[in-house]
Amino acid sequence: MKGYLKYFLGKTIWFLVTLVAAFILNFILPRLMPGDPVAAIVSRMAQGMSNASGVQAIYEQYTELFGTDQSMIQQFFLYVRNVFQGDFGFSFSQYPRTVADVLRSSIWWTVMLQFPAIIVGWLIGNTLGAMAAYRKGAFDKVLLPVSIFVSNLPAFGMAVILLVIFAVNLGWLPTSGGYGYDLIPSMSWTFFWSVFVHYQLPFWSIVLIAIGGQAIGMRSMSIYELNADYVKYSRFMGIKDSKIVGYVFRNAMLPQITGLALSIGTMVSGALVAEIIFSYPGLGSTILTAVLGQDYPLISATTLIITIMVLTANFLIEIIYGFLDPRIKAAQAD
Amino acid sequence: MTYLLREIFRSGKFVVGFWIFAAILLTVVIYPLLVPDPPLAIIGRGTFFPPGIYVNGYDAVSGTPRYTLNIRDAEDKRIEGKLTADDRAAMQEWLVAAGTPEAEINIEDTQALLDTWFATFDPALRLPGMTNAQRNYFIRLNGSIQNLLSTDDIIIAAENPESGEMEEIDTLPPSAYVNVNQVPNVRVLPLGTDNFGRDVLTELVAATRISLQIGFVAGFVATLIGLVLGLVSGYVGGWVDDVIMFITNLFTVIPSFVLLILISFSIGQENRGAFLIATVIGLTSWVWTARAVRSQVISLRNRDHVNLSKLSGHSIFHIILRDILPYIASYVVMAFILQISSGILAEAGLSILGLGPRTTEVPTLGLMMNWAMIYQAHILNKWWAYFPVILAIALITFSMNLMNTGLDQVFNPALRE
Repeated sequence: MKGYLKYFLGKTIWFLVTLVAAFILNFILPRLMPGDPVAAIVSRMAQGMSNASGVQAIYEQYTELFGTDQSMIQQFFLYVRNVFQGDFGFSFSQYPRTVADVLRSSIWWTVMLQFPAIIVGWLIGNTLGAMAAYRKGAFDKVLLPVSIFVSNLPAFGMAVILLVIFAVNLGWLPTSGGYGYDLIPSMSWTFFWSVFVHYQLPFWSIVLIAIGGQAIGMRSMSIYELNADYVKYSRFMGIKDSKIVGYVFRNAMLPQITGLALSIGTMVSGALVAEIIFSYPGLGSTILTAVLGQDYPLISATTLIITIMVLTANFLIEIIYGFLDPRIKAAQAD
Repeated sequence: MTYLLREIFRSGKFVVGFWIFAAILLTVVIYPLLVPDPPLAIIGRGTFFPPGIYVNGYDAVSGTPRYTLNIRDAEDKRIEGKLTADDRAAMQEWLVAAGTPEAEINIEDTQALLDTWFATFDPALRLPGMTNAQRNYFIRLNGSIQNLLSTDDIIIAAENPESGEMEEIDTLPPSAYVNVNQVPNVRVLPLGTDNFGRDVLTELVAATRISLQIGFVAGFVATLIGLVLGLVSGYVGGWVDDVIMFITNLFTVIPSFVLLILISFSIGQENRGAFLIATVIGLTSWVWTARAVRSQVISLRNRDHVNLSKLSGHSIFHIILRDILPYIASYVVMAFILQISSGILAEAGLSILGLGPRTTEVPTLGLMMNWAMIYQAHILNKWWAYFPVILAIALITFSMNLMNTGLDQVFNPALRE
C-alpha cells in the first residue's frame, strides 16, 4: 500500500496547493487592476440598481463582508473565511438573492451537463481514434480531417449549428432553457421529460467537440505505440493480434487520461460558452447575467466555483489514473 | 533552409492549411481596397436584410431608360410572387368549406389554384358555419386576387409644389424593364445586413483582420513568455527550474479562461481595447509553450555541442541563442501557430460573455457573434448574421491546425504515415 499512499498523498497535497493558489488569484487579480473593482463597485453601486433600500443593504453588507476599509492581508483572510462559510454576499443584479443562492440553483445544471458530456465525448473519441490508428485506410482518411475540422470549431459554433438544424429548422428539440418555460421544477414525469429533451442539444454539442480532439490525440498515441518495439517483439513471438492490440490501446490510453486531466479546464470553458447559446440555466448563463449586470460578487464567486470544479475533476482523474497505471502498482510492490 | 521548406511544402496537410490561410489573408488585405467603406457604417434601416442585390427602386422608375420586353411567363411569376402563403392557405380554407375535396387543391400550383378559385368562388354564397366577418374577409381576398391579375399600367404621380395636387408624371406598363447596369444605385450585399443594418461582408472582413491581429499579439506574447521561461527553467535547472515549474503546473490546472474572465471584467468596459485583450490572452496562455520548450531544452542540455560550447567559455546567452534555440525553433513555430488560433478562440469566447474588446470603429469575430446572439439571429433563422462568422473562425483555426499537423509530421518522422 506504500506506493499508492505516497502517490495519493502527493496528489492530495498538490490539490490543496492549487486550491490555495486559486483562492489567492481569485482574490488578488481583480484588486491588482487599475481602478480596483472592489472599491470602484462600492462607489458606483447605485448604477445598476433601482431598489433604494437594496442599495443601502448591499452597501453595508458589502463593506462588512469585504472589509474594504481594512488592509489587503486582513481582507484576504476575511475573504477566505467568507468563502468557507459559503457567504458571498448579495448579488447586485439579482437582489435580494444572495450569490450563494444564485450559485446553488445553477451549479448542478452545469455539473450534470458538462461532466457526463465530457466523459462520453472522451470515450467515443478514444474509441474512434484507436480504430482509425488500427484499421487505417479509408476510415482513417475520412475520420482524421473531419475530427481536425470539428475540434477546431469553437464550442459555441457547434452549439449554434446544432441549435439551428435541430431546434429551429427541424423543430425536434427546444431552442433554449433547461426545462419548459411553462413548468415549475417538480418531481413529475412531465418535468423530467422536459429536462431530458432540453438536455439533448447542449449535451451533444459538447460531446461532438470533445470527440474531435480526443480522436486526434488517441490516433497519434496509438500509431506511436503500434510502432513500438514491444509490439514487433510480441508479433515475432506469435502472440495473437487481438491480445497485442489490447496492450497497445491500454498503453495509448494512459497519456489520454493525463491529457483529459490537463485539458478539462479548456473543455469546461468552451462548454460554458456553449451553455449561453442554449440559455441553459447553468454557470455559463450566470456569468453572462453577472457581466451584463456589472455584478462583481457574482462573477468572483462563479469563477471561483468553476476553478474549484475543474481542480476537483482534475484531482479525481489523477486518483483514477493511479489505479490504472501499472507503473504505480509496480511502485507499490517495491 | 531551402531543403527544409521544400520538405514542408511536400506535406499535403501543411499545403492545404497554408493555402486556406493565405486565401484568408489575401481577402483581408485586398477586400478593403475594393470596398473602402468603414466596416461599422450603418447602411440599412431595419435589421437583418437578407443577402442579395439591392436595386434602388426610385432610380429604377425615374430617369433610367426603360425597355419593353414581352416575356411569356412574366405574369405568372408576378402573381406567384405576390400571392403570399397566408393568402393561399385562406383560399384553400374557403374552397374546402365550399365542398371542393382537399386532395384536389394544390396550393403550390398557382395557376391551378387560381383557376379553381375563379370557377368556384361566389361572393353571394353563404357557407354554413361561417360568420359575416369571415365572409367579408374572403370577399376582400377575392378583390385583392383580382387586383393582382390586372394588367393596367401603374401611374406614377408627384406632388406639384405650387398647387399641392398630384400630377401624373409617368406610367409604368407591366412589361417595362430596366437594365440593372444602367441603374445608378445598385448595392450588392452578398451577406445581407446585420442587426444594426451594417453590411455583414465588409464587417466580417474587418473583423477577421482584427481577430487575426489579436491572435498574433496573443500568440506572440504567449510564445515569448513561454520560450523565455522554458529556456531558463530547462537550461539553468535547480531551484529556478523548481519555481518556474511550480508556477507552470499551477497555471496548467487553473483554467485560463476563468482568469481571463476575471481580468477582463476587472479592467472594465471603458479600458478594454482589442490589444489589451490580446495581451491578457497571451499572458494567460503561455504554459504549454513553456512546458514543451523546457522538456526540449533538458534533452539538449547535455549534448556534446552544448558541452563543447560551454568549454569554449561562451556565455549562457550565447549558448542558448546559438546552440539551443536553432534546435527548438521548429517547436516554437508550431506552438506559435497553435497559440494564434487559441487566442482567436479565446477572444470569441470572451466576447460572447460580453467581456470582449470595447469597440466603436472595428468589430472582431467574437463581437459579431455576440451581436448576432443578442439579437437572436440563430432563432430567427438569419443565417447570414452568424454562420459566416463561425465559418471564418473555423477556417482560421482549421488552417492553423493543419499547418501545425503538417509541420509536426515533417519534424517528427515517427508520425509519418
